[in-house]
Amino acid sequence: MSDATTTETIATKSGTVTSRSSERELRTTRVFEAPARLVFQAWSTTELLMRWWAPKSFGITFISCEADVRTGGHYRFVFGHPASDQPMAFFGKYLEVIPPTKIVWTNEESEEGSVTTMTLTEEGGRTTLVVSDVYPSKAALDEAIASGSTGAFPEQFEALDAILAELAGR
Amino acid sequence: MVQPDRLALFVHVDTLNHMVQYSQSGYDACFAALSDATRRGVLEQLACSDASVTELAERFEMTLTAMKKHVDVLVRAGLVTTEKVGRVRTCRLGAGRLEDELAWIERYRQLWAARFDALDAVIEDLKQKESADERRNDD
Repeated sequence: MSDATTTETIATKSGTVTSRSSERELRTTRVFEAPARLVFQAWSTTELLMRWWAPKSFGITFISCEADVRTGGHYRFVFGHPASDQPMAFFGKYLEVIPPTKIVWTNEESEEGSVTTMTLTEEGGRTTLVVSDVYPSKAALDEAIASGSTGAFPEQFEALDAILAELAGR
Repeated sequence: MVQPDRLALFVHVDTLNHMVQYSQSGYDACFAALSDATRRGVLEQLACSDASVTELAERFEMTLTAMKKHVDVLVRAGLVTTEKVGRVRTCRLGAGRLEDELAWIERYRQLWAARFDALDAVIEDLKQKESADERRNDD
């Protein structure tokens, strides 16, 4: 598939770019003004993860965060939001962890969830981070988009949906 | 740095490409969605006014689960969009798949962008800690 057929949304301020780079992949890119080992540290240390994974601007807070960031290790993130009485759980397994360049994990809260690959490439003290979400099929990604959710726990994700819609001012 | 007006152009070109890409598969999905009398009825109903899935189920005298399935088919065909507020899912005639997809990807991007902005602050702390440690070692 050529670049011209991707759907892309771009931030002008923070520089985070997301595109549907293929029928079953979403690719997000961002540059950090830091060496890869520091970016990796922030991704692989539970206490540090908790400081940024649930952004305050989204009103989501961590209820609990377990992350054994090693190949074969598991993670379980549970979030809360004032607008929802149900906590939202996200969990899966780290398929591959190579410090300080790569983390691959499953998203098992949904039946046809994506496998996410995070890669870091350092050049001249700056690090380019790429997050690639690959769904098992085109239908699975289409379905995630069509249902406006990213998982199979409808109540939990619909709550997240409502939050996101609220933020988008809809 | 790409200028904002160029970005707009980029998105526009992407939009056109996607419309072409979707026109064929979209046509099939649309045709399948319209082949059912209940779903045609739902579209007629929504043409008059928006309705919740529960209201539609009552009006067409079927279970909520059955109506949800019909609504899903209509959503996939880009004929209907739904919005969940609290526990109520409201259905309305859809603006189409492309617009939904762009909106969804934009929300997805916003989540990562917000995370990365927070990550910047964490990394800044790590950098400062590291340079403080280096200074201490130099002394």
